[in-house]
Amino acid sequence: MSTARIVPITMPKWGLSMQEGKVVEWLVPEGTELKLGDHVLDIETEKIANTFDALDAGLLRRIVAQPDEVLPIGALLGVLAPAEVTDAEVDEFITEFQKNYVPPEIAEEGAADGWKFVEAGGYRLRYSKMGDGARNIVLIHGFGGDADRWAFTQEPLAASASVYALDLPGHGQSSKQLNDGSVKHLAATVIAFMDAVGIDKAELIGHSLGGAVALQAAVDHPGRVSALALIASAGLGAEINAAYINGFIAADSRKEMKPLLEQLVADPELVTRTLINDMLQFKRIDGVGAALTAIARGFQDGSQQTVNLRAHLDGLDVPVKVIWGSKDAIIPASHAAGLPAKVKVTVLDGFGHLVQLEAAAEVNKLLL
Amino acid sequence: MARKITYQQAINEALDQEMARDENVVVMGEDVVGGSGSDGEMDAWGGVLGVTKGLYKKYGDRILDTPISESGFVGAAVGAAASGLRPVCELMFIDFMGVCFDQIFNQAAKFRYMFGGKAETPVVIRTMYGAGFRAAAQHSQCLYPLFTHIPGLKVVLPSSPYDVKGLLIQAIRDNDPVIFCEHKVLYTLEGEVPEESYTIPFGEANVVREGDDVTIVAFGRMVQQANKAAAALAKEGVSCEVIDPRTTSPLDEDTILESVENTGRLVVVDEAHPRCGMAADISALVAKKAFSSLKAPVEMVTAPHTPVPFNGKLEDLYVPSVERIAAAVRATAGYAA
Repeated sequence: MSTARIVPITMPKWGLSMQEGKVVEWLVPEGTELKLGDHVLDIETEKIANTFDALDAGLLRRIVAQPDEVLPIGALLGVLAPAEVTDAEVDEFITEFQKNYVPPEIAEEGAADGWKFVEAGGYRLRYSKMGDGARNIVLIHGFGGDADRWAFTQEPLAASASVYALDLPGHGQSSKQLNDGSVKHLAATVIAFMDAVGIDKAELIGHSLGGAVALQAAVDHPGRVSALALIASAGLGAEINAAYINGFIAADSRKEMKPLLEQLVADPELVTRTLINDMLQFKRIDGVGAALTAIARGFQDGSQQTVNLRAHLDGLDVPVKVIWGSKDAIIPASHAAGLPAKVKVTVLDGFGHLVQLEAAAEVNKLLL
Repeated sequence: MARKITYQQAINEALDQEMARDENVVVMGEDVVGGSGSDGEMDAWGGVLGVTKGLYKKYGDRILDTPISESGFVGAAVGAAASGLRPVCELMFIDFMGVCFDQIFNQAAKFRYMFGGKAETPVVIRTMYGAGFRAAAQHSQCLYPLFTHIPGLKVVLPSSPYDVKGLLIQAIRDNDPVIFCEHKVLYTLEGEVPEESYTIPFGEANVVREGDDVTIVAFGRMVQQANKAAAALAKEGVSCEVIDPRTTSPLDEDTILESVENTGRLVVVDEAHPRCGMAADISALVAKKAFSSLKAPVEMVTAPHTPVPFNGKLEDLYVPSVERIAAAVRATAGYAA
């Protein structure tokens, strides 16, 4: 028997809220020799669709889950095994797996599903922590987003680090009443968050506005930040899609919200009805409109960005990565050009503003 | 995710948060001060199902017990609304509305119009409706089509804990009279509800489930039934889109029409009687505005044109069942011209 060499491919868990996923299509046929990171199949969750990339190398012997099947996380999708393993052994492995597979309990209570709350900087902030490596990473989402923007990022990074994802004030399930909407204040709030959860020094990974917040935190609190990764970041140039920012603040219907969210990605099919509903539900919470308006005023004047931190990059004594999608329709990828030589710049071809969701595997490789 | 509470707790939380936010919000109705589960004597006072439990201790005289005189206290609520308060008036069962039609139809619904836009009537009338409680013919009806018929009234039928909180807050902040219809069988339904205050705009349907073969439009408690039917039908290879209009007035016509333009098949599920009800109304809308998209006759699944029976077995047969909804979907999906 060689079952040790039989490896299951199972339904991944992308983000804290994912409980099941739908197989859209297999991108490779049975009999394909997979390398680590090869695109294997497309999976759709309530929130967003994504490509599942091989976590193990090996020969794809069997496709178990068929297109359109909806399966809980951990369910068997396919089987990898070397050619010398017999079909009978593969069959036996599948039978055993299915017999022993227990779908995870659906989380009932707020506390049980991994979200936590902490008082910091005068706010109640929601966050989640994955992994417990010595290396600390804090993920900072962008304008109008929340910690779910890191659904495909947090768990992969957590293999070798303690990875925190928080909702900035005015966002997600954190306090909506802002004391100050400036990037400087948000940066101070991230440092206060680190104090509150007991992190002395962390790598900050910021997306969009969160990139500017991360950079500002490194400038204002140099001892607290050990590295920066700025993804489609604000604060590196003047241009910004102000129509998106202003439209997002004003939108109160599906019809208004959908075309806006479609600008965030290169492939508009990724914008699901659930994503649109989530955004509308967020926007309809008391205080969100005022918070978003205050934050928008803190970094743009209605047509351009007003916070430019590019000049600080030279003086920073920490490694800096800059990642962009070439088709970013919110903040142009041209802001990745002309940065100091020590900044490691990658522009991923064909992806939009939410590049960490749209090209999760590529971005994660760059972040690891 | 967010914390889970019941439909009933979500109503209580909406009332609590709006009373804290705006001192003009008052709650009035029969036994609303007490509430089942209150301390000592207060518990005996009832409050039918205890929806307003705990509010009296927090807000004192802003929670008003009224005599058993619906025509009197509904009139008082309408007048108070016209003169500056935001009353949330609880009329225990929708079946009792008959004695205050003048206050609702001729006064509340007409003030803005009759006074040339100079008067506003921000009153919410909360009321329980629907069968399933063994409460017989005078305490089990679905009379919301009557109110939907009257221009000047907004009519709300929340189907989930999330929706009931957001829609009730919206209703309280709305400057027009709102008939807020709560299905009593839904009171124990649990769901995720944010702790913060939030609103849901009127006239925006919720697409509860997406699908391509058949559109099911369902109201109130029937949304759950339709969802169960859709889940069962998915296993047979029939993909249903389930739409909950959430408000019958205003009505989100676009969402319904866009869905039928995609599926070409429509089933309307309503617990009310079939004549002059929401099922007939939606069918007419689609027949007029999406006729060329229809591939099959519209199916209506409703209660029969009879009073709600007291006999439990008959009452269960009276309410549209998951099986009847599924059968209607199969009929329209299998129709060949």
